[in-house]
Amino acid sequence: MKAAFIFCSAALLVACGEKPQEVKGVSSDKPPYSGTGVASFTDAGWKAGDKDGWANHLKARATYGQNDHVRAPK
Amino acid sequence: MARMKFICDAERCIECNGCVTACKNEHEVPWGVNRRRVVTLNDGVPGEKSISVACMHCSDAPCMAVCPVNCFYKTDEGVVLHDKDICIGCGYCSYACPFGAPQFPSNGTFGLRGKMDKCTFCAGGPEEHGSQSEFEKYGRNRLAEGKLPACAEMCSTKALLAGDGDVITDILRGRVISRGKGAEVWGWGTAYGNQAKQGA
Repeated sequence: MKAAFIFCSAALLVACGEKPQEVKGVSSDKPPYSGTGVASFTDAGWKAGDKDGWANHLKARATYGQNDHVRAPK
Repeated sequence: MARMKFICDAERCIECNGCVTACKNEHEVPWGVNRRRVVTLNDGVPGEKSISVACMHCSDAPCMAVCPVNCFYKTDEGVVLHDKDICIGCGYCSYACPFGAPQFPSNGTFGLRGKMDKCTFCAGGPEEHGSQSEFEKYGRNRLAEGKLPACAEMCSTKALLAGDGDVITDILRGRVISRGKGAEVWGWGTAYGNQAKQGA
């Protein structure tokens, strides 16, 4: 009787057990200069993986594309 | 390393909503979600000013501080992104953000609030760059294509500037010197702090 009670209690308590909760964290994100692998959308004149080239490319794009003072005739 | 930032030059913004349209089109943002919007101050009053507002990718982002599941992360370029696989849509970030950037799509019969959506600085998210899953969750990854955010590149008056903080502040400085006014950049101090605060 006692053994049956212990067995039943143990079986019931198992159902109350929590599932393991692991800290998942943010899945890794590659740096932007690694590129998308889609050549048709990649900006011309820059090769994926070239970190300095990427930074220079964005800088040139920002300077030329957004600064109309350098584009307008003086 | 570049530190990506936004500046909206209120002297130039004409409230055309081109940035809003460019963003919605580029990322196929669902109905009811606006990652970017144009706010007009003193609307109808002579001298009214408009600014384009979205996530400013703050230096010390309050959304990151309050998120109970730590779904936010910051890239080396200073872009604040989040993982939609971790986000529980609680809305704490929405209360913490001074710019009202976090958006929550409502779906289903009962208008259930979905996972948070916000401007990614066109940098996608924590998925394979250029993949379909990245596009569906976060939109296009223009930064990984060597391009700047669509909103700024499409801005007709070049009021909205995006890119490395040093480059875009140089552009604004040139404009202020040239026109002799309009040095106030709304939201800049809130998002990135000011010199006095940084020095303190």
